[in-house]
Amino acid sequence: MTTKGIKFEGNIDIGDPVEMAVKYYEEGADELVFYDITASHEKRNIVIDVVNAVAENIFIPFSVGGGLRTLKDMEAVLQAGAEKISVNTAAVLNPELIRQGAGAFGTQCIVLGMDVKKVPARSDIASHYEVVINGGRTYTGIDALEWAKRAEDMGAGEICLNSIDADGTTLGYELALTSMISERVSIPVIASGGAGKPEHLRDVFVEAGADAALIASMVHYGEYRLAEIKKYLAAEGISVRCV
Amino acid sequence: MISIIDYGAGNLKSVARAFGYLGIRCRITAKPREILSSDKVVFPGVGAAASAMQTITSRGLDSVIKEAVYLKKPFLGICLGAQIVLDSSEEDRGVPCLGILPGAALRFRNSHLKVPHMGWNSIAVLRPHPVLAGIDRKDQFYFVHSYYAACAISSDVIAVTAYGIEFSSIIGRDNVIAVQFHIEKSGPAGLRLLKNFSEWNGVVEPC
Repeated sequence: MTTKGIKFEGNIDIGDPVEMAVKYYEEGADELVFYDITASHEKRNIVIDVVNAVAENIFIPFSVGGGLRTLKDMEAVLQAGAEKISVNTAAVLNPELIRQGAGAFGTQCIVLGMDVKKVPARSDIASHYEVVINGGRTYTGIDALEWAKRAEDMGAGEICLNSIDADGTTLGYELALTSMISERVSIPVIASGGAGKPEHLRDVFVEAGADAALIASMVHYGEYRLAEIKKYLAAEGISVRCV
Repeated sequence: MISIIDYGAGNLKSVARAFGYLGIRCRITAKPREILSSDKVVFPGVGAAASAMQTITSRGLDSVIKEAVYLKKPFLGICLGAQIVLDSSEEDRGVPCLGILPGAALRFRNSHLKVPHMGWNSIAVLRPHPVLAGIDRKDQFYFVHSYYAACAISSDVIAVTAYGIEFSSIIGRDNVIAVQFHIEKSGPAGLRLLKNFSEWNGVVEPC
């Protein structure tokens, strides 16, 4: 049985990212995901400094995303020590970026981040889930399932699937969406958005077939510790790594 | 001094950082003299077999690696380094490799499981080894690979991992040991292996 990963998501702007990274590494996170939510050019060097500092101190994989638009952006982040880069809006606007990134660095380095909203029945969105960009503000008219499959074809190594509807609710992941994408692509799917308690992770692994689950506020505000989440999952028969 | 072989690709820095974190001296080098004068040698391979072997041979590193192994220096292969020590790889329509251990790297041909094998997984140790001292059955390691080592000689298989099939996750003989997983990204368990390697004299006691 493959092991389910728990990735902790942190925004680079909140607190000291290196301190947070070390804390979650020591507590048993399997992978870390960093998003630079500002993504402005002034902050570019700061991001690279942070990546270098994180890579000096933690020895688990981590990915970096937010405003990466070119191969040069990706290369700088990977050279600094991140395992993977994540692209979202830039990939929607220029899908070739996925292919180029995969070609240059390997598919395992390319994570496609997707923000998705459920939409009422529309003939052009067969799956009823639409891709949104610009932090959830712009509807693209693109079917989420079609986009996921296309990204896989172009060389995305993983999909980080974020439900805009569930995000921040702490009421659980969007299981139907996660299940739909997991079943139809053959690359790992990381569920994102909505986790509020350990049962939600159990559900997204068992019922939706996610390969990994991304958590943020659940641990960030100290409500749950990684060790207890993993202990709960192990007791539910889910293969997790215990540190 | 541990030499990490620089063949121009991927994440040499990560392995160097891991040693650095452990307070173990190492250097990244492609210079034959430096490699052959070091106590131990590490080959952290990332990427595809064909381009790796091409770079290795064009830099004369193939003979350097074989010489280092012949001189009984403890040798650690990581990821692609667990495949190119074999006779060949199936990748890129067939690539001749270093032939240090008999066998071939094969591609995961699978039913329902995703390729590459990417994520954490456990190992089952088949024979005791100084580099694996202190490793627990619960320890897991981080894998990213589409090809795996298939050894011709069963005693060269040190540990196996389940991913659809049971494949060799650690192989080796005498002073050579190679791990399929990212030892430098496998948390404390990986660091423990690196520390053990740094203290290993290259000898495995017969059991």
